[in-house]
Amino acid sequence: MADIAFLLLTFFLMTTTIANDRGLILQLPPPPEALPPEDIKIQEHNMFKIQINSSDALLVEGNPMSDVSGLKDDIKKFIMNNGADPLSSDSPEKAIVSFKTDRGTSHKRFVEILDIIQGAYYDIYADQAGVSNERFRKAASDLNDGDNRAIYEKGKKGYPMNLSIAEPTKGGN
Amino acid sequence: MSKFKKKTQVKQEIPTSSMPEVVFMLLFFFMVTTQLRKTSIEVQQRIPDATQLRKLIRKTLVANLYIGEPRKTMEFGKEPKIQADDVFIEPKDIVLWATRKKDALAEAERDQLTVALKVDNEAKRGIIADVETELRKANARKILYSTLEKKKENL
Repeated sequence: MADIAFLLLTFFLMTTTIANDRGLILQLPPPPEALPPEDIKIQEHNMFKIQINSSDALLVEGNPMSDVSGLKDDIKKFIMNNGADPLSSDSPEKAIVSFKTDRGTSHKRFVEILDIIQGAYYDIYADQAGVSNERFRKAASDLNDGDNRAIYEKGKKGYPMNLSIAEPTKGGN
Repeated sequence: MSKFKKKTQVKQEIPTSSMPEVVFMLLFFFMVTTQLRKTSIEVQQRIPDATQLRKLIRKTLVANLYIGEPRKTMEFGKEPKIQADDVFIEPKDIVLWATRKKDALAEAERDQLTVALKVDNEAKRGIIADVETELRKANARKILYSTLEKKKENL
């Protein structure tokens, strides 16, 4: 009895892959042709520019940055500025985080920075909804549930995730 | 001395009569959690880690694309490739692939298709951006970069 059970157990142990459908969710913009060519003027101070080159070096608002631990707080401060600092964003609706990479940037680095940007937004949302960051992300994953939807809508109110991921530049490969 | 002798005579065998039960319990756990993989992945998959993960609830609405250096470098070269289902595809084939995936879903759910990009750490942004451009054309605009949970750090 135990022998057979052990055999089956070993089989399932070997073949099992616990499904991993978790990660960073992103909504892509509509196709390039569908967008009417608009000439929208975005004021310089409403943009928070993050750039990564082909050797994975980071440039934030024109300054090289090697330690990313303070980046999340910088982004939060930028979004929540509300016109307090004339060199930063006017309002959360107008604040745009512009994220530009190179064709040679590694995916690892891209995910690392995207994680920080999304983290800054989720922190703000969670704060506004009065829940923890984990709880908010859990709510955002399953909007069919009434409670979750309420948290999600409360958190996101007035703070669109204006994340612009530009077409990568052609530098190194 | 006699006291000590007595102690050594105590039986110390572990009862094995309940072993099948334990084993069966483990067996059922793995049987329930297991998902037999339909496709064998032919590209390297060293998935990056992140903290701000979100979970996809409906597995039927997920389509997987694997991107990375081919495992058989002798045959396919070292450049990262895109694998969809069982074959390598080029970026230009993605529109067709995404449309097929959408057609397989019920009509009301077609716009909810999420493409999970399982990208290797060392793959470059260039190829991923090409894939994204094609997905935009195919109007499959919900994407997910598969990541693992990052271990907590003291920041």
